[in-house]
Order: sequence, then C-alpha cells, then structure tokens
Amino acid sequence: MNEKVYIAGLGIVSAIGLTVDETLESLKATRSGIGPITLLETTLKAAIPAGEIKKTNTELKQMLGLDVNQSITRTSLFGMMAAREALQNSGVDLSKYRCGIVSATSVGGMDLSEHFYDDFNADQTKGDTEGVKGHDCADSTERIANFLGIKDYLATISTACSSSANSIMFGSRLIKNNIVDVVLAGGTDSLTRFTLNGFNTLMILDKEHCKPFDAKRVGLNMGEGSGFVVLVSEKVMGELHKKPMAEVKGYGNANDAYHQTASSPDGQGAFLAMTTALAMSGLKPGDIDYINVHGTGTSNNDLSEGVAMQRIFADKVPLFSSTKPFTGHTLGAAGGIEAVLSVLAIRYNIVYPNLNFSEPIPELNISPVTKLMENINVRNVLSNSFGFGGNNSTLILSAC
Amino acid sequence: MKAYINSLCAISPADTFSGEFQLQVSETAYTSDFLKCIEPDYKEIINPNLIRRMGRVIKMGVAASLKCLKDIQLENPDAIITGTSLGCIEDTEKFLHQIVINNEQFLPPTSFIQSTHNTIAGQIALMLKCNSYNYAYVHRNFSFENALLDALMMLTEQPAHKILLGGVDEITEVSYTIMQRLQIYKSAKDLSPDVFRTKTEGSIAGEGATFFVVSNSPEKAFAAIEGVKIFYKPLDETETQNHINNFISEHGLSANDIDAVIMGYSGDSRYDALYDKMADSIFAHNNIMYYKHLSGEYFTSSAFAMWTAAQMIKKQVFPDAMKYRFVSPKAVEKVLIYNQYKNSEHLLILLSE
Repeated sequence: MNEKVYIAGLGIVSAIGLTVDETLESLKATRSGIGPITLLETTLKAAIPAGEIKKTNTELKQMLGLDVNQSITRTSLFGMMAAREALQNSGVDLSKYRCGIVSATSVGGMDLSEHFYDDFNADQTKGDTEGVKGHDCADSTERIANFLGIKDYLATISTACSSSANSIMFGSRLIKNNIVDVVLAGGTDSLTRFTLNGFNTLMILDKEHCKPFDAKRVGLNMGEGSGFVVLVSEKVMGELHKKPMAEVKGYGNANDAYHQTASSPDGQGAFLAMTTALAMSGLKPGDIDYINVHGTGTSNNDLSEGVAMQRIFADKVPLFSSTKPFTGHTLGAAGGIEAVLSVLAIRYNIVYPNLNFSEPIPELNISPVTKLMENINVRNVLSNSFGFGGNNSTLILSAC
Repeated sequence: MKAYINSLCAISPADTFSGEFQLQVSETAYTSDFLKCIEPDYKEIINPNLIRRMGRVIKMGVAASLKCLKDIQLENPDAIITGTSLGCIEDTEKFLHQIVINNEQFLPPTSFIQSTHNTIAGQIALMLKCNSYNYAYVHRNFSFENALLDALMMLTEQPAHKILLGGVDEITEVSYTIMQRLQIYKSAKDLSPDVFRTKTEGSIAGEGATFFVVSNSPEKAFAAIEGVKIFYKPLDETETQNHINNFISEHGLSANDIDAVIMGYSGDSRYDALYDKMADSIFAHNNIMYYKHLSGEYFTSSAFAMWTAAQMIKKQVFPDAMKYRFVSPKAVEKVLIYNQYKNSEHLLILLSE
C-alpha cells in the first residue's frame, strides 16, 4: 500500500491548444482562449463568451483519422485526442502491462443528444437515434478505450465539476491496490446548450472575461476540452527508463454537505479535501509552492475557497492562480486539464498568471499571481476541483 | 479484499423495501412496457419539505440509503459511494424540454441543478450533514461494480470505515421510448413472466435503488463479499470462460463449490445464449438462478442481484421465484453473480456466508 504512483505522460486539448506544446505556448504568451461562441448552435452565442475549441467535429475526426460520417460525440473526440497524446507521450507499451482507463465527464454525449431531442420533442418517432447512442457518460470512455486498445479496467466518474480530479484519485488507488499497472486518468466535456443554459439560469455566467478572485468577479466562462495523465506504478516507471514527470503524492475528497449548488461560507468541504491531501502527502503547508485553485470566478466559489485556503495556510498562502480565464471552466474535464497544467508548472518551473485580476476580495487578504513567473522552483503543486453536490477534491502533485 | 454486508435495502419492482424476501411483482407489472419500482411511502422516511423538490430517482436512492443506515443505527457513514449509469434522467429530460420550448430563455434552474449524476450521493450527504468521501460512478453495466471495488479498496486502506454503497437507476417513459427505438427493450406485447424462456429480441426494462452498508466487521452480517471482477469485450466464449474460471480459482474454489450462480438473464435472445453456454459448460452441475424478471434490465441491476444473493445466504433459501435451473438443495454458502450487458461489460461478484 506504500506503492508510489507516478505520472509518465500528459495530454491536453482546450481552447488554448490542441497539444501540450500549443498549450504551453499560449500560457507563456498569456493568450486566453475565451471569446465569442461560433460553433455551438445557441441563441446565447451573441451574449455569452466561452472557451470554445475552434475545430468542427469533422475537422476533429480528420485529425484522429476517423471516418467523418461516423456518429461520434464531440466529448469523445476531445477525449480521444488528449488520451492519445498522453499515451504516446508516456512511451508505455500497452501490451506489456495491465492497463485501465478512468475517465470523467459531466454530461457525456449531450452535445449530440440535445440535437436528437430537438426533433424528438416534437414527435417521439423522430430524431436520429445514432446521435443519442452516445448520450451516457460511459460512451466517451469506451470510445477512448477502444481507440487505444485498453480493456483491463474501465471506470467513469461524474461528480459534476470535480469529476476528473476524482478519476486521477481513483486511478492512483487502482495502481496502489494492484488492480492494474497503468491507468489513463482524466476527463472530457464539450460545450452544450444544456450546460450553457444551466449555468445561465443560475446567473453565474460572466458576459465578459471572467475575473477569478477579484473583488468585482461576476461569474464564470464555460470551456470545453479534455485532459489526461498516464499514471504508472513504480515498477512500470522503472522500466520506462525516463524520469517521471511528477508523483501523485496526495489526494483528498470530502463533501461540503451545505447546499446542492452553493459552497459553505467556511469552505469546510474544501478545507477537508486539502487537509486530507496534505496529510497523505506528508508535506507541510509550507512545502506547497503553487496552488492551481478551482477559482471559477463566481462570487460564492472564490470566497469559500479563499476562506478554506486561509484556514490552512494562514498568512502564508502560497502563490496561486486560476487558469480558467485561459481555458474557461471545462466542467468534468477541469480536474484533468488542471492536473496537466500543474505538472507542466513543475516540469518547466513556471507559475501561470490569474488573468483579469485587479482588486483583491475585501473579505480575504490574498491576491493571485498576475504575471507569468519563470525560473521559479516549483516542487509541490496543490490542485483544487469542486462541484455541485458539495463534491470537493484536491490533488497534490510533486516533482521527482 | 473482503468485506461484510452489515445492512441492506432494495427498492425494486418486486416489493422488497420492507426487507421481506417474498419477491412478488405487482399483478399489473407485465401489462405495461417496463417494470416499475413498488415505492415506499416517502413521507415516513424523508422530511416532507424536501420530498417535494426531489426527482423520483433521488427519492428512491435517498429512501433506500436512509433505511439501510437506520436499520443498524449508523448516523454518519465514512464514505458514500454510488453507481448510477443514467443518473437523474427525469430532470435531464425536463431541462432539455424547457430549453426547446422556451428557446433558451427564462428557464427555471431546478431541473438543471438536480440533473447531475452525483445529485443522489450529494443529497444523502446534505441530509446527513456528512462531510465524508463522496463519489458517483457512471459506467454503464460497471457503474455499481466500480463503486463496489472502490469500497473494497477503501476497506483495505481504512479498515475501520463503514461505507454506504449503492446502485440506482430510474426508467421514464421517454428513456424507455428512446431505448426501445434503439432496440434495447421489448414492448408490452412481447412481455410475460415466461419471457426469459421464449427467446425474443430485446430485454425487459426495469429500475431500482439498492443500498448496502459494508465494513470489515462481521457483526450481524448478511454475507461476506469475497471479491469482484470485471472484464470488457471478450474476444470469444473461451476468453469469457477463462475470466470466470480464473476468478473462481483466485478465491481457492472450483465451480462445484458454488452453491448458486445468479445470472443476468435479461430476456434478450441475442445475449442470453451466452449465459446458457456458461450454464452448460463451467456450471453444468450448479444451481442457476435468475433475477431480471423481478427487477428488469438496467445498468445497476447487479446491486439488486447482490441484495438477493445476500438474502439467500442470510435466510438459507433458494427462492422458487429465482430458480432457473435447480439441480439440488444444499446449504447456501457461496453465491456467484455473473452479469453482462450486450457481451460488452461483464462482471462477477462472489459472496460467501
């Protein structure tokens, strides 16, 4: 049970890049992916910006070498791209090990099933059923597994916006418990009218670029994409003959048990998730060099998360930033995408700016990093992901 | 990895909420297109102020959970782990409908809020004020198995934990209609309690909410969970047989040591043949039981199968209602569950006395 779990490969697709290299380039150039919606068919497109990936489904299929006439959800396409990159990047030979996939998504293949529903709603004998076959959350996971040839273990998690942090946690435990040797862990989500309207009804979408941890924050920007890491056992890492990218040193999951959608004023769930992860890692709060905060930009999240951080770190809160002003909030994919960004922070010794910040939250005494920091020693990163249903998750990733 | 089932509760079409093991579906069950749960009076279980806002699947999940906890006076579990493949589809449909008819304007948020797959696990935590570990697995026929494996791993990591574990899925008119168009389910005209022997295409649709408290404590246990295994898209029947044989031998047993094999016969001739092949080869001398005529086919039905297995062991009976091919009466010490969906997601769960 003291087995260590390493990260051997990374894959990422978001509004700031279709590969790890493109993503890094955008981060270093402070190039946000938030802008007008042009591909998703929605009446909200003129009013609400988002982190939309500017590739059509046909273009994505071509990039993956798939038949363009095949019915496949955008959620699956993003997942296949990120997972393929992560696997190639890791150098793992799947045939040599027991390999599993743990993926996560908030609304699965809703991007196609909501099209089906448009026709079906008027007449229940109408609607192209090909489009609804991929509705459930497991469809994208199985598509990725079939595409890459993974079949020893499959799981899909959906705990709203914390989903893919939980998949990295569960994946790590599958290795520690000797169920498999390698796990492709992460998540994927695409922009849909369903989620865009959902957040719109809750009045937590910013009509401008979101401003996490700013006194005048008004809401979040939605995004889409996928992030995957390749988790390996110590034995597999040894056989790869390369340096691990990071170690999964700690994780914690707790429930805020306060409200179905809102976070508690004392940030109890976030506090418990972070303290559990810290205890497991054996690190002291002072060892954390950077926090990739959940930082959605909503009034409620940022205050609650900030309170929880101050409860743990007191007046020594580490450097922190939200990367959601770059990518948008990618819901079920956010934990995976931000785990990839956290590993890149360690690997390249950089800390990302929290874009659009100008004025600290008056109830707190902390401010995020606002300029890209380079040549800074980043050894331990804490990454938070929180979701509806009070689900709070924290990962601690460390240099090796 | 081993654990004990200390408490259990199933809401199913077979009138199981009280804990009775009579397994009776309602007289009208087979006259409609799908098997629907016989639900308890929620007012006696859940705060009436909360009930009004809850979707049906949430009520079923919360009620089964609360009963499970109450039966052993457990106030706050150390983890809440759920499996639900399709989650809160009624609320999902409602919100989709509102988007279409209102053209994305002035929508009420309630259905959206309740549509997330972790609503049930979250609601249970909220009602109990339970800050513990909280997960929702959503992988088709593996949803409950993912949750079960999580629980078993946790009991090796945190041996003192008492875990609330469950599987829950609902059926609605709309989801039935869509799945029927996808040729997954039968319609009422093809349904009868004998459907499992008549060999027509399509399975019988159903639903259920089944919860357990599992721990390392054998105190007042219904049964022990010896292990769980999944396998995915086997290349052929030989691979399927190998997985099953390996699972049995990993537990130091041979097929003849299994007192009952509960198989997931769904009434769909396209996929039930595989169970027949296993029943005629590996399990040629075993008692074969079935359960989906009582629950219907749904993605977390293995949780209901585990409920029946635990009851069989606790009460030492082979219920007549579940006998598919009964060979010989004996003590019920080892029960194996084998369930598969479309020869894609296969799972095995072994229970013992």
